[in-house]
Amino acid sequence: MIRLRHGAIHLALHELKDGHGRALLLLHGLGEQSPSTLPEQFASWPGPVHALDFTGHGSSTVPAGGGYSAETLMGDADAAIEHLGEVTIFGRGLGAYISLLVAGARPEEVRGAILADGPGMAGGGSSPASPAIHVVDPDAVVPPDPWALIELTRDPRPPDYAATFLRQAVMFSGLDDPVLVTAVGRPPWLDAVLAEPGVRSVSLAEALAICASV
Amino acid sequence: MSETVTYPGARRPDRFRTVSASGIDIAVYEWGDEGARPLMLAHGGFDFAGTFDVFAPMLADGGWRVVAWDHRGHGDSQHAALYSWDADVRDAVAVFDSVTRDPMPVVGHSKGGALMLQLAEAAPHRLSMLVNIDGMPSPRPHPDIASHERTKLMRNELAGWLDFRRAAGDSERKPGTLDDLARRRARMNPRLSHEWLRYLVTIGAREDGDGWRWKIDPKLRMGGFGPWRNSWSIERLAGLGVPMLGMLGLVPEQMGWGTVPEELDPYLPPGGRLVAFEDTGHFVHIERPEEVARLTLEFLS
Repeated sequence: MIRLRHGAIHLALHELKDGHGRALLLLHGLGEQSPSTLPEQFASWPGPVHALDFTGHGSSTVPAGGGYSAETLMGDADAAIEHLGEVTIFGRGLGAYISLLVAGARPEEVRGAILADGPGMAGGGSSPASPAIHVVDPDAVVPPDPWALIELTRDPRPPDYAATFLRQAVMFSGLDDPVLVTAVGRPPWLDAVLAEPGVRSVSLAEALAICASV
Repeated sequence: MSETVTYPGARRPDRFRTVSASGIDIAVYEWGDEGARPLMLAHGGFDFAGTFDVFAPMLADGGWRVVAWDHRGHGDSQHAALYSWDADVRDAVAVFDSVTRDPMPVVGHSKGGALMLQLAEAAPHRLSMLVNIDGMPSPRPHPDIASHERTKLMRNELAGWLDFRRAAGDSERKPGTLDDLARRRARMNPRLSHEWLRYLVTIGAREDGDGWRWKIDPKLRMGGFGPWRNSWSIERLAGLGVPMLGMLGLVPEQMGWGTVPEELDPYLPPGGRLVAFEDTGHFVHIERPEEVARLTLEFLS
């Protein structure tokens, strides 16, 4: 396991397969953690495969007092990119949304983002729900951080905001397929992304083959 | 030995304590008689409770127990790993809980005012009245720029934000003399006097061996981006169920939202009142403390 720093957080990056060439970075869903062994569907990836535990998940720091946002988790993914260099990203659920954000924010480093179904895909929907004051016993906090589970199921994901990240990826990555969607679920943000030019719905095997050939 | 800096009318709080807000230590300050009716005071982004050192004593002298706190990462409150508005509102509730569970009047400036609008929607039973000082975001959409220009701007913004986070792990605030820090802060507070900003340094900064440093968490960055829209905040104003007094400084400046009174008219809650100050910037309560305190005390009475 490799320890990465993101602000005050120590992130756990797990190497599931070594090798040469561009890494495949796996981003788990909300409340999940990195797999401990290489999942069968990624065995064909020609390069190394790494998996990142987001803040508050798996072996990464569980911070006090919450304050999660999808943008902060994009910073988690960026810490892995800083370490690995160019990557292809596969994200499940919440990790799919984060994959989209970081593909737009680091279009030169992210060589293809694959968006798959998983927990935390919809977030809080297109606009904020009525605000609530939640209480979590600070002495009973273990991963996955309950604050992450509360806050990342309530964060608004406006469709036009998500589409902006796709446009960033299309405009600045130089790739024909900067974002590939294997998910069958269609939260409003993903619907909007799929309506843009430069994104396709494909099978996982196809998505991996397309990204490997870049 | 450090220099003692005073400022006319400024008075340090009568009491100081700490409240644990879901594991984060929040610094809490009080002015006035402990037995008086409580009044909560929420500061704005990149500020700290000490910025109320002139305004709060005026309210305390008007018969209130004035309670303010430093937001997480600000002033003497603990630096957190994560920051968000929801977390700030929760921290505020922890401070409220330490005073009373009954509804209280609340004064909020800038981001503090917008946070209190969120609290008023999430927990309307905790507020009895709201004074919002230049903390009502403009519902105006972003200025009209071509979409490819916007895309370029956003690219720089995103990369800049991530680059800052890559570097922020071990970063420290830059040290300087008292006057250096006052001058640096003048970029955020261009309308406030050097004497006032020097005074703030002695509270919001600490003196290390190599000079003064602002206490605010160096991992906090001005600006940033996210899905939030001002219209979502301002719609909360319309839904407010307690008496509201809003104040706006009409001179636009960097830390403000540039909101003008006409924009807010459709969003004022029933009975809500708006006072606009000519020749005044975003820090209305610092530029015009007597007037703002008088209006606040009249409203609360």
